[in-house]
Amino acid sequence: MAAYELTKAGARVVLLEAGGHWDNTSAQYSAMLKMPYDSPRRGSSTPERPFGEWDACIGGWQIPGEPYTKAEGTKFDWWRARMLGGRTNHWGRISLRFGPDDFRRKSLDGLGDDWPITYNDLKPWYDEVDKLIGIFGSIEGLPNEPDGLFHDAPAPRYYERLVKQTCDRMNITCIPARLSIITKPLNGRAPCHYCGQCNRGCMTNSNFSSTNVLITPALRTGRLRLITNAMAREVTTGEDGRATGVSYIDKNTGEDRHVRAKIVVLAASSCESSRILLNSKSSRHPQGLANSSGVVGKYLTDTTGTDVAGFIPRLVNVPRHNADGVGGNHIMMPWWLDNRTLDFPRGYHIEVWGGLGMPSYGFMGGIQAYPEGGGYGPDLKQQYRKYWGATVGFSGRGEMVANDKTFCELDPTVTDRWGIPVLKFHFEWRDSEYNQVKHMQETFRNLIAEMGGEVWSPMPTREQGYGIANGGAIIHELGTARMGASERDSALNNNCQAWDCDNVFLADGGPFVSQADKNPTWTILALSMRTSAYIIEQRKAGRL
Amino acid sequence: MTDITRRELMAGLVAVPAALAIPQDTIQRATEHAHAVHESEAQAAAQGTPAPQPAAYVPQNFTPDEWRLVRLLVNYVIPRDARSGSATDARVPEFMDFIMGEFRNSQTWMKNGLTWMNAECRRRYAKGFVSCSEEERRAVLDAIAYPKKARAEDKPGVDFFNNFRNLTASGFWTSRIGVADLGYTGNRPVMNWEGTPANVQRWLGI
Repeated sequence: MAAYELTKAGARVVLLEAGGHWDNTSAQYSAMLKMPYDSPRRGSSTPERPFGEWDACIGGWQIPGEPYTKAEGTKFDWWRARMLGGRTNHWGRISLRFGPDDFRRKSLDGLGDDWPITYNDLKPWYDEVDKLIGIFGSIEGLPNEPDGLFHDAPAPRYYERLVKQTCDRMNITCIPARLSIITKPLNGRAPCHYCGQCNRGCMTNSNFSSTNVLITPALRTGRLRLITNAMAREVTTGEDGRATGVSYIDKNTGEDRHVRAKIVVLAASSCESSRILLNSKSSRHPQGLANSSGVVGKYLTDTTGTDVAGFIPRLVNVPRHNADGVGGNHIMMPWWLDNRTLDFPRGYHIEVWGGLGMPSYGFMGGIQAYPEGGGYGPDLKQQYRKYWGATVGFSGRGEMVANDKTFCELDPTVTDRWGIPVLKFHFEWRDSEYNQVKHMQETFRNLIAEMGGEVWSPMPTREQGYGIANGGAIIHELGTARMGASERDSALNNNCQAWDCDNVFLADGGPFVSQADKNPTWTILALSMRTSAYIIEQRKAGRL
Repeated sequence: MTDITRRELMAGLVAVPAALAIPQDTIQRATEHAHAVHESEAQAAAQGTPAPQPAAYVPQNFTPDEWRLVRLLVNYVIPRDARSGSATDARVPEFMDFIMGEFRNSQTWMKNGLTWMNAECRRRYAKGFVSCSEEERRAVLDAIAYPKKARAEDKPGVDFFNNFRNLTASGFWTSRIGVADLGYTGNRPVMNWEGTPANVQRWLGI
């Protein structure tokens, strides 16, 4: 986003990408419309694509030569993308604005901290992101789920109609989903054609990944220089303490290189940017850049998550039809309760899955869980036919409250293959998260029971963390270089500008002060656009 | 719902009524990318994908004895019926051979399981699974195909068969035969998404 905004405003920009090139409009890269039998793997994973061979995203939980470490007892998984467009090639495109309350949680419940900005400060930028990138949804007028400038949302699938009816009975708010997929033409991009395979990279650019919606137009200005396979080592600084550029390793040759810059914007993902800051040590910045307050790496959070699925007898033998739709849910349940009446402080939203999706590797694994209890032969063959499409699942995605046992720091002894010190993670869930996830489990089980279904798995115990996913597993790490009102307890001011180095900015999840129960991408984009406007304004005024 | 298959798009068989008011660039782009996909597939085919010769197939990750057993077992899991062909018709054993090469850790459960099958048959009938009668084979399969009813001492066989059944299903239902049998009609450009069709709404009652 910053590269797009800054080149559009006339700046010359160098973009360093740690991975290789990618172009989702090209059949050379995108696997859109491939059928499972087009590959002997049938869609199963590869070492560089843990989510399946046709997933757009090259990266993973472990990358050869690029380790990370964990404190004893810490469970944490760190997803890293290594490709042009990074993590925007790997997401569900759920694009939710933070609401007014999400910027002032401490004022409301005393936990965590307030942001140094309000919803009203960010609202115009959310609007601009909606207009530039496009999003579908519906006007609902919910107090903490601000509406956007929406394209029409697609009508619900069969099982989503059942979920909606069930939610209505149980007084759970259920509304059309809000995904960054366009349903009418926008800025030269064709509307969605509903093949259901957004995650493969859309050849018509009908959904959002920064690769083709932002970087390609930025390249077209002629002012963007793209350097791929460039692993950033540190931000270099001069004697005055200001940034002079970025040193990086050319992964093709292993050589150290340097690019000079008047302004440095880090957007390598929250923890990776913090790693660069911590590695940028100098006499003027002995604790690393932007870290005079010592907060870089602290206040790490991830979204809480747990899933429950069940068998819905009512959906057995669903009449065959194309139920693909967009590559994500058509409905969602935003947080609908009041935490003052509950034993956990923050909310969650619910995502829904099921349907008659494309058969792929792992198709209906565990058929023995269905009523016949397994089998073989003609009867088994018939089971697959009749039970296909009769499973519905729910995923909860909730807000974690930052705590002082959860952070990342430089590992004092371990480096990656280029000798760059790596991150060591410390992660701890608290009762604020465990109780929330317990509530998710109970809610999802009630939903499945209300639909007349049977849940596949028993309720996880407290010892099993109520089924909470590992830290990092939801891939929403935030807050490790947070913005704030005071340089004493934050890394960045309210423009995402380093307090102690005025020509360094952050444009990823690092600046977040709190999580919210909303996927962070839309807020990252709005903040990045706002920061870019600030940079442009300051440059024009000669102050930067 | 108006939808257009790749084949129709490529063959230019589809006349789109103007009344549907589909943006022209959508159709053009859908056509272009369908062409692109088609071309890349054609290139791959031209670059020496071997012509199918089932009889000549030599497994890379199974011994000849294992291969005979696998080819027999997959058809017990998914046989031919009135609606579609069998697991061997869908080349499930060849798929398994590929997967065993790609996910080498899976060879442990696969090979141990095949050994267990033969050992169990020898214990019961003093011969391997392949040499057993239809009735004898079914007796062994019945003992391991229903986990909740199975005896504790058959657990290795049950665990193996759960995995083997899953892998057979993966191979079969993702094949052309399997996809057609299921009636999967997605993964193609749909110009106007209209949600749940009326007949399905009536069936569902919602």
